[in-house]
Amino acid sequence: MANKKQPVSSVLGMGQVEPDTSGSSQINVGNTERIWSVAGGALLATYGLRRGSFSGLVLATLGGFMVYRGASGYCPMNQAVGRNTAEPTAEDKSMDSIEIAKSLTINKPRKEVYAYWRQLENLPRFMFHLSEVRQLDNKRSHWVAKLSDSLLAKTLGTVEWDAEILEEVKNERLVWKSVADARIDNAGEVRFVDAPNGQGTEVHAVIKYRPPAGQLGGAIMKLFNPAFEQMIKQDLRRFKQLLETGEITTIEGQPSGRKSEQQSGKKPVSEHAKVDEKHESAML
Amino acid sequence: MKALCYNGVGDLRTERVPDPTIINPKDAILRVILSSVCGSDLHLLNGYVPTMREGDIIGHEFMGEVVEIGSEVKNLKKGDRVVVCSILGCGECQYCQSTQFSLCDNSNPHAWIPEKAYGDSPAGIFGYSHAFGGYAGSHADYIRVPYADRGCFVIPEGLPDEAAVFASDALPTGFMAADLADIQPGDVVAIWGCGGVGQMAIQSAFLLGASRVIAIDREPDRLRMAKDISGAEVLDFSKVDIQEALREMTGGRGPDRCIDCVGMEAVSEGLDYYYDKTKQFVRLESDRPIVLREAILACRKGGTVSIIGVYGGLVDSIPMGAAMNKALTFRMGQQHGQRYIPRLLEHLQKGELNSGFLLTHKMSLDEGMTGYDLFNKKETMRVVFAP
Ligand SMILES: NC(=O)c1ccc[n+]([C@@H]2O[C@H](COP(=O)([O-])OP(=O)(O)OC[C@H]3O[C@@H](n4cnc5c(N)ncnc54)[C@H](O)[C@@H]3O)[C@@H](O)[C@H]2O)c1
Ligand SMILES: [Zn+2]
Ligand SMILES: [Zn+2]
Repeated sequence: MANKKQPVSSVLGMGQVEPDTSGSSQINVGNTERIWSVAGGALLATYGLRRGSFSGLVLATLGGFMVYRGASGYCPMNQAVGRNTAEPTAEDKSMDSIEIAKSLTINKPRKEVYAYWRQLENLPRFMFHLSEVRQLDNKRSHWVAKLSDSLLAKTLGTVEWDAEILEEVKNERLVWKSVADARIDNAGEVRFVDAPNGQGTEVHAVIKYRPPAGQLGGAIMKLFNPAFEQMIKQDLRRFKQLLETGEITTIEGQPSGRKSEQQSGKKPVSEHAKVDEKHESAML
Repeated sequence: MKALCYNGVGDLRTERVPDPTIINPKDAILRVILSSVCGSDLHLLNGYVPTMREGDIIGHEFMGEVVEIGSEVKNLKKGDRVVVCSILGCGECQYCQSTQFSLCDNSNPHAWIPEKAYGDSPAGIFGYSHAFGGYAGSHADYIRVPYADRGCFVIPEGLPDEAAVFASDALPTGFMAADLADIQPGDVVAIWGCGGVGQMAIQSAFLLGASRVIAIDREPDRLRMAKDISGAEVLDFSKVDIQEALREMTGGRGPDRCIDCVGMEAVSEGLDYYYDKTKQFVRLESDRPIVLREAILACRKGGTVSIIGVYGGLVDSIPMGAAMNKALTFRMGQQHGQRYIPRLLEHLQKGELNSGFLLTHKMSLDEGMTGYDLFNKKETMRVVFAP
């Protein structure tokens, strides 16, 4: 890969697990859907980029995703990346997944931190991009992503997948993988480690996902990966806030002199959407 | 309610905005009684803090009356007269538990913004840009105070509002500056800046055992207060060479402890001012570290430089060689008010510290822009709004 840097997971000795190559990392887009995908995706991408904010970036990413999905279904691009629509090629399989590794220290005992996380139904309380996680049995769970932006919701419908816990060491670690046919193949590992000097628990999360449709998809995702990394870090922060303080820190719903926020009486859709549209990367 | 809102660099407007409500269980709502301007606000107004949005309510130094409490607030009740620390601490994270409240891990909902620039995020601050949480500020009729049990301190009876309000920010900041300086009995302390923070640092330095305090500024009224009220010897940097004066006043040693109560908007009479101002203008440098350079050069060998004046980004030409070879100690940070406020309220009540004189103008919220203009021109020590 172009990225010469060693992945953080290997520094941590984590993330041996790799996501499957199935779901949308295979070409499985039907014709009508494909056209919608291109149109909707292009719309999202321009809309998202114009907003220029973090939430915009996420929109743009998803948009870019969809354009590519749609386009790659019927253009000779497949040939170019040397893949076959029916079966993942060896190259696809060997291609690196994209990794996000984030850690945070939580001032609570390891047992408590682990227990809260292991109750997977709790996850949407701090992972704002999830609307639901349902435990199907001890190992299997069903995940539903939240697409709070109405435009996005209309275009994409819901994104759902099943995941399976592959390895579980109580109070220490969890390894999971999405099961075949997930829209976005993903896998991950979370470790819970005592922090030195009684500072609580280190939570190390490594999430890997397979870019859709091979190398080109990979290039697109690489571009937007920082936005996802940030999202994962914010998820972890909210996890920490909930455990440490019992509430999630927010300014959503407070007064301001912004007329737009006042008239509708409506709160912005999410914390990400609320945050400064222009300035977020302007800090020196 | 009425609130003073930021509308762009140098543009504040008093506007009608919705009343705040309890959002989280540990919140309280206060009716603001007094809310002061602070030197830090000038950094916002003059455009040195990049994450302000039109419509943000500013103000962070305040006291008021509790009018509503969330379901998880244990130590406060309606009607309590309280002063509130300008910086928010959750009280539960590892930093708060070790009383380093301004490093709170949890109180900044926009932690990912400063994380990019600083590597990690400091605490949230009321009315102080989105990088510091985007909290609505105190120049308003009412304010929402998250983690109310941690941030609100009941004001002892008999202590007037006009003195207590500064226990929110100027006083704990000045006190922390002196505390960080690690003053030993008999030390000679030099303090740059005689604004509200500098005045409180002078008094705190004496309280912590300094034998002499030399205060530096160029504003005649502020120098007069530093001398007459806070008890310092004073130097006017527009009239004397500070390096020479400090060295000669200390028998050639230099001050034992040097405290920067000015920060990124320092001015000077020399060429360095134009050098820094120009670089700042073209964004090669974000802050003007004029005082920091002076403090490093002036400080005695083995001494301490305490930095409480705020820096936001990059500075240039720091005499690191001097710092290294004179074996200086650097201490700095945003104030950990929750650590100091209870003790400071006692000092105020016993008359061991004097803060009420900082209030030189009292105004209504409608006069917000006028008040800040006056303050920016240093024609007042601190304007306090009484909504
Ligand atoms: N760390 C914290 O938690 C915290 C809290 C409050 C304020 N502050 C900071 O403390 C600083 C002072 O606050 P303030 O409210 O007293 O501000 P202020 O603007 O009222 O006072 C600053 C003073 O510094 C003087 N000054 C400018 N250049 C100087 C120089 N070269 N030498 C000596 N004096 C010089 C000015 O004349 C002015 O009197 C500001 O940077 C503010 O942001 C920090
Ligand atoms: Zn302040
Ligand atoms: Zn905290």
